[in-house]
Amino acid sequence: MSGAAIAGAAPRARHSSMERQRRWALWGSYAALSVFVVIFLVPPFYMIMTSLKSSAEISAQAGNPWIAHSPTLENFIYLITYPNFQMYFFNSVWVTVLVVIISMTIAIMAAFSMTRLGFWGSSTLATGVFLTYLIPASLLFIPLFQVIGAIGLINNIWCLVLLYPTLAVPFCTWIMIGYFGSIPRELDEAALIDGAGYLQILWRIFIPVAMPGIIAATIFAFTASWGAFLYPLAYLYTGDQLPLTVGIVSDLIRGDVFQWGKIMAACVMAAAPPVVIYAFLMDYYIAGLTAGATKG
Amino acid sequence: MADGAGAVSTYGGVALRRPGELGAVRRFLRRRSTIGFLMALPLIVLIGGLVVYPAFYAIYLSMLNKRMTQFIWFDNFTFLIGRQTFQLVVFQSCLFAISAVVLKAFLGFVLAHLMHNIPGTRQKIWRGLLLVPWVIPLALSTLTWWWLFDPSYSAFNWLLNAFGFQSIPFLGTGWNARIAVIAVNVWFGTPFFMIMYLAALKSVPEQLYEAAAIDGAGAIQKLFFVTLPMMRNIIAITVLFSLIVTFADFDIVRLLTAGGPQDMTHLFATYAFSMGIQSGNVPLGASVSLFMFPLLAVAAFFVLRGVTKRAREMAA
Repeated sequence: MSGAAIAGAAPRARHSSMERQRRWALWGSYAALSVFVVIFLVPPFYMIMTSLKSSAEISAQAGNPWIAHSPTLENFIYLITYPNFQMYFFNSVWVTVLVVIISMTIAIMAAFSMTRLGFWGSSTLATGVFLTYLIPASLLFIPLFQVIGAIGLINNIWCLVLLYPTLAVPFCTWIMIGYFGSIPRELDEAALIDGAGYLQILWRIFIPVAMPGIIAATIFAFTASWGAFLYPLAYLYTGDQLPLTVGIVSDLIRGDVFQWGKIMAACVMAAAPPVVIYAFLMDYYIAGLTAGATKG
Repeated sequence: MADGAGAVSTYGGVALRRPGELGAVRRFLRRRSTIGFLMALPLIVLIGGLVVYPAFYAIYLSMLNKRMTQFIWFDNFTFLIGRQTFQLVVFQSCLFAISAVVLKAFLGFVLAHLMHNIPGTRQKIWRGLLLVPWVIPLALSTLTWWWLFDPSYSAFNWLLNAFGFQSIPFLGTGWNARIAVIAVNVWFGTPFFMIMYLAALKSVPEQLYEAAAIDGAGAIQKLFFVTLPMMRNIIAITVLFSLIVTFADFDIVRLLTAGGPQDMTHLFATYAFSMGIQSGNVPLGASVSLFMFPLLAVAAFFVLRGVTKRAREMAA
């Protein structure tokens, strides 16, 4: 009897030791991840804290700088009523909206064409599109300076509407090729037999079915054009033409240290749209991020 | 098309029907590819006009003199190679890209594994928090880093002083500034690696680990003989892709140090900007940025190979 008890106890002991090991691994992971989360969130945290401080508090340098001792919204109120900041924000919004619409239209049509219609050289073009995604803006901005100059769009915000799609379209097309390619051919063949035209197939079948991909690509196009910094910095210089990223840098930084509360408040407001979109559409955001390697 | 079919059916003959239908099919195919071409045309125009053309135009530009009146072949390139500041730029760009990518890849790998241990819905929350650096526009978060590194108001130095250490001039000396620039890039880019690796980890079938465990493999053996081989392709694609982006980085250095102190943090992109846009020497700026091209071309070749290989694996 005692032999049977021992035989029964041994596997149970091993089982519980494995379970204990697993629990340790879990707690260890939580602990390590907490450290990383704290480190990763230091800048956003400090951004928000500084934005809540008055200029007097920043310049006094009394006590712990990591906490706003007497939090105030004066920086935000100042910026919301500051005509220049309103203009930068408005510029960013309309440029981004236009760019997203243009980029998605181009990308969806091209991806549909390359996955379903095909023409001479269309598969080479698909590869070429991916290659152009790998050409960074910092390689092109100098010749583009000449091109933009020749068109007469230097210091004209419309040059961004022209240039930002080059940042978004290649990757969006790549995402859309992946999603369109996974739609079974039977679906559009059936629609063709029923007498639908290609535009109808695209509009009625492909766009609804590939909606997750379209959302992911739209988010990418949005973040790419909202956060772009090099092109507006290189081609625009008067205040009324600037989008947010460059506007904050060139307008609020005047070598005056005590502006930092306002600069950080402006950063908080400028970073809010992408962060809010990310918070609500995280799964799509991540799907778009990983699409380059796992799709197509 | 519909008219043709109608005409054939009014004649009613079965024999007549075939050639008519063939012609319709041929016309149909022709139309199909025409529509295809027209739908891809905006993309072709955009990419051709604003990516491919400028890329070749850059080569032409780089061979002109400063006023762009004379063709001087490779004089800009030989001038740059002989210039000490430019040699610094080459060294710094390589140092920056390689050390930042290695650190990002390593930290991303560790984070992905830690994240993989955490079950379901909680994982989503942790992942969401860790991805925040990637979501904030880089120019804006770099401004915050600048403020964190501020010589007289640095919040890091306050912490150091509180623990009894001396203040560090984070952006004041060359090597400090180089490390700071790399650190900001690692902070920004690690979440991307984590997400990519996590997606790859999730696609490794659980049976492989079970089989390895039955064969008596420990954690380290599982890592080297199961996880790494299965993730090899994604690791390669992510590293190469990040190498391109990091090598061509502009925002961080431009805002954090503007290339200083004494040009000790300039990268290709920021140096090209200060030459081409700020000093107004467009051809010289174009030649600076063209120096990036060989490395980018090699990296792009391997990325493309990896992606097509992966696509074939997914299809199989």
